Amino acid sequence: MPVDPSLVGREFPAPAPLTVTSDRVAAFAAAVGHPGDDVPPTFPIVLAFDAMMAFLDAEGIDLHRIVHGEQRFAYVRPLAVGDELSATLTVTGLRQIGGADIIATTSELADATGAVVCTGKATLVHSSGAETAQ
Amino acid sequence: MTTQLAAGDTLGPTTFTVTRADLVAYADASGDQNPIHQDEDVARSVGLPGVIAHGMYTLALVGRAVAEWTGGAEVVDLGAKFTSPVVVPAEGGAEVVVGGTVKSVADGLVTLALEVTCGGQKVLGMPKAVVRA
Repeated sequence: MPVDPSLVGREFPAPAPLTVTSDRVAAFAAAVGHPGDDVPPTFPIVLAFDAMMAFLDAEGIDLHRIVHGEQRFAYVRPLAVGDELSATLTVTGLRQIGGADIIATTSELADATGAVVCTGKATLVHSSGAETAQ
Repeated sequence: MTTQLAAGDTLGPTTFTVTRADLVAYADASGDQNPIHQDEDVARSVGLPGVIAHGMYTLALVGRAVAEWTGGAEVVDLGAKFTSPVVVPAEGGAEVVVGGTVKSVADGLVTLALEVTCGGQKVLGMPKAVVRA
């Protein structure tokens, strides 16, 4: 079933802020083999993913029908241990190609002061079922 | 940044082996438990050739390569299109090769052009990283 076109412009906040703890950063760094003590640059996906799940749950979209099509991050400043981050996902575009929904999103991550520290732009490819073939 | 980079410099290539166990560890650390990255049957049911790496795992490897090449320079921009899946076999692993070239150094920023392949095929479209010089 295609995604509802009236979604464009709607916002979906992550359910809870994420505190960047040294344990969390160390676990993520170990999983990706990051060489430094700093926060790995793709760490913001942890919170962006929470916002995406809020969106998928609200719309009744199954995660296993989503493939990540594109992801770009722009960082205002490096993330640091101690940051308390909130994320809000906005659906910015929607089109259909060959039975798949191509969902464009922007997620803004803000710190406890409300300042945006990182913006993530993602494209999510939703294959809606029987017509999927590639 | 500990390394001085100039336009035209070649970085890498750096090869990473990706296993199913890596994907399970990444799923736990990132929270992305999409079964297409762990379960062959689910992956095939949605038209994929098999278990595929999280696009974000491949992009994390790019971030890792950039950190290694630049001595941990601050990343300002990082992104790519996930144009071709990295299929990870049940036994052994998939080899992801990350190579880079310094495209420009200007206004205190170093822009890297990247090529990321698996089995000789490009897996990322328009991969880009910008770090502070």
